[in-house]
Amino acid sequence: MLKALQLEAELCTGCLQCEMACSYENEAVFNPSKSRIKVFTFHDEGRFAPYTCSQCSEAWCLHACPVEAIVINPQTGAKEVIEDVCVGCKVCTIACPFGTVNYNSDTGKVAKCDLCGGDPACATACPTGAITYVDADHTGLARMKAHASQSIPKS
Amino acid sequence: MAWTRKILRVDLTNGTCTPEPLNMEWANLYLGQRGLATKYLAAEIDPKVDALSPGNKLIMATGPLTGTMASTGGRYSVITKSPLTGAIACSNSGGFIGNEMKMAGWDMVIFEGRSPTPVYLYIENDHAELCAADHLWGTSAWATDHALHATYQDPQLRIACVGRSAEQGCLYSGVMNDLHRAAGRSGVGTVMASKNLKAVAIRGTKGVGNVRDIKAFFKATQAAKAVLAGNPVTGEGLPKLGTQVLMNVINEVGAMPTRNMREVQFEGANRIGAEAMLVPRESDGKANLTTNAACFSCTIACGRISTIDPKHYTIVNKPEYMGANGGLEYEAAWALGSDTGVDDLDALTYANFLCNEDGFDPISFGATVAAAMELYEIGAITTETTGGIEMKFGSAEALTKAAELVAKGEGFGRELALGSKRLTEKYGHPDLSMTVKGQEFPAYDPRGIQGMGLTYATSNRGACHLRSYTVSSEILGVPVKTDPLETEGKPELVKAFQDATAAVDSSGLCVFTTFAWTLEDIAPQVDAACEGNWTTEKMLEAGERIWNLERQFNLDAGLTAADDTLPKRLLKDAAKTGPAKGKVNELHKMLPHYYEIRGWTTDGVPTAETLTRLGL
Repeated sequence: MLKALQLEAELCTGCLQCEMACSYENEAVFNPSKSRIKVFTFHDEGRFAPYTCSQCSEAWCLHACPVEAIVINPQTGAKEVIEDVCVGCKVCTIACPFGTVNYNSDTGKVAKCDLCGGDPACATACPTGAITYVDADHTGLARMKAHASQSIPKS
Repeated sequence: MAWTRKILRVDLTNGTCTPEPLNMEWANLYLGQRGLATKYLAAEIDPKVDALSPGNKLIMATGPLTGTMASTGGRYSVITKSPLTGAIACSNSGGFIGNEMKMAGWDMVIFEGRSPTPVYLYIENDHAELCAADHLWGTSAWATDHALHATYQDPQLRIACVGRSAEQGCLYSGVMNDLHRAAGRSGVGTVMASKNLKAVAIRGTKGVGNVRDIKAFFKATQAAKAVLAGNPVTGEGLPKLGTQVLMNVINEVGAMPTRNMREVQFEGANRIGAEAMLVPRESDGKANLTTNAACFSCTIACGRISTIDPKHYTIVNKPEYMGANGGLEYEAAWALGSDTGVDDLDALTYANFLCNEDGFDPISFGATVAAAMELYEIGAITTETTGGIEMKFGSAEALTKAAELVAKGEGFGRELALGSKRLTEKYGHPDLSMTVKGQEFPAYDPRGIQGMGLTYATSNRGACHLRSYTVSSEILGVPVKTDPLETEGKPELVKAFQDATAAVDSSGLCVFTTFAWTLEDIAPQVDAACEGNWTTEKMLEAGERIWNLERQFNLDAGLTAADDTLPKRLLKDAAKTGPAKGKVNELHKMLPHYYEIRGWTTDGVPTAETLTRLGL
């Protein structure tokens, strides 16, 4: 079963545990500025929203890469950057419509979510269930259930 | 080691920024943040110095767990000598400034001297510089935050700053960070402004990667997070209702100070408490509470984000207050509400917004307004004094007008800005000031919770609930239930809470975790991160050392055992209603024994033996 990250902004409190988990998993440092998942604050609305790569089936970043440094992991479906091949041209960062491939000036390469090889650290770290790793065919299931609950008879 | 081992010394007089190594010998004795910065302050300034003179210093300090994945590991403190109390001041804040300082590679920043002109400090990793802040001077904390973000075009920039109240000399101004979080008490922001330092803007991209034993760290922090999640207070009550979960609880036990602490129960409590914040209003169908919010790394998320009823008189034609902002915490709701007798939730929320916007402590402000209301009631001040404001208990208009004046340092606000001690002295009724060492009381009446009387009387920063929150034991039964109306065993309880809390405040963690955690949960997290074999015993010993260091600073500053007392009202006037009806606070039954178990003389001075034992 292919799985995908499910992001529920309503549950996010903005604590940044996910960003630290991501940076630790990938860079061995607690450092939100190196995280591949980002939590955005919408101040006037009083809302928080986590956001990261949704692993497009037809991935713009992968097709745009001139050196084939972005490949599909057949187990997870993640589009992964092979650092040794990446030349840091940043074309993928332009190609991605969602802005979820980012340049890392320390390494001179790009970085993006690779689903941690099938066990995403952000989902494990999230204390509220705002980030979960679920059946890719049913990322809307929780929302469906919430709406379905409105149709059950009231006791 | 989760210390960066590096501190930044900023000489404001000469405009220099100089890095220096952290004193690791001291770090092993005082851990970080509150303890370690107090050690630096005590070693570097004369305790008798005028708090608002260039001779005072101001330290912003993180703990070793600040900037890590340990739950709530984002705290920092501001340590200085207080202009409100003349005692040591240490105010703790969450938000995102502490972690950013750590991520930039600094354990603490020490400010000394006074800049000849307004400046702000900009830090980007190793780079630190003082920049002209003339354009920011005279603007609010919110405006300063927006202006600096606009200057640097960096949404990730984190900012701590002071508002207009601090510039105008309000003695209880805090240092605001991330718009709505505050190192709020004892006037630490007033000291910052007195140095012509408007703001500190930090961007840190280095991260924290030097945890001593990362496997042990993940094991300890994950176990501790599970404890928070499984606890009814930290796992459910605080996220859902915030600290406001306490409003009805404390009112029911008869420990809700009301109308300048004349009464111990407030008839309007249910209109200003947590539950009231959830009720949709008529005008726009929204509740006061928009959502809960977390500080950095916090898995509790007790923070409140609120809006004011768009039809409320306070914000008519003021679109700047119509968006979501930091909402009422229990302390603010009590001081602005119950203590002034005001039960208008939107008026309290508006006053709270102003406290954040211009950086002044809602506890001291609310309690000072309450004292002014009593002065007004007995005729000691009149509308002539107040510039036309009818300072009546229960008047939302008086409260919100007062907040507007203190925010900008105008009119009667200039007198309110000096705190209730100076206000009541000026008008001939010092007994009406509900303060210890000149700092206003928080939201627990010590007639209904006896241990809190000893807590307030002996707190090193003046009346404060966060120095030993015996409410946990006396009301909530954590870690063990004690009788709130009894004094027996309270000296031991207060000492234990004071020492443990001093250690927690020095670690980078939030004291709210202690609704669920004991040092048994905390020590393994510190130990996994830091060298030095941080056992529970060592944490407690460090806490006791810190407590005595603070005490010694205060004694050297000129305070004595005579300052370890409570206002007459709490010692002589019995509670009129509730479970504590007929009780006063029996401080005299607790204080001598407290001195004894502290290893202090009957005059409250640490004995030579005690100082030697603690290595002081």
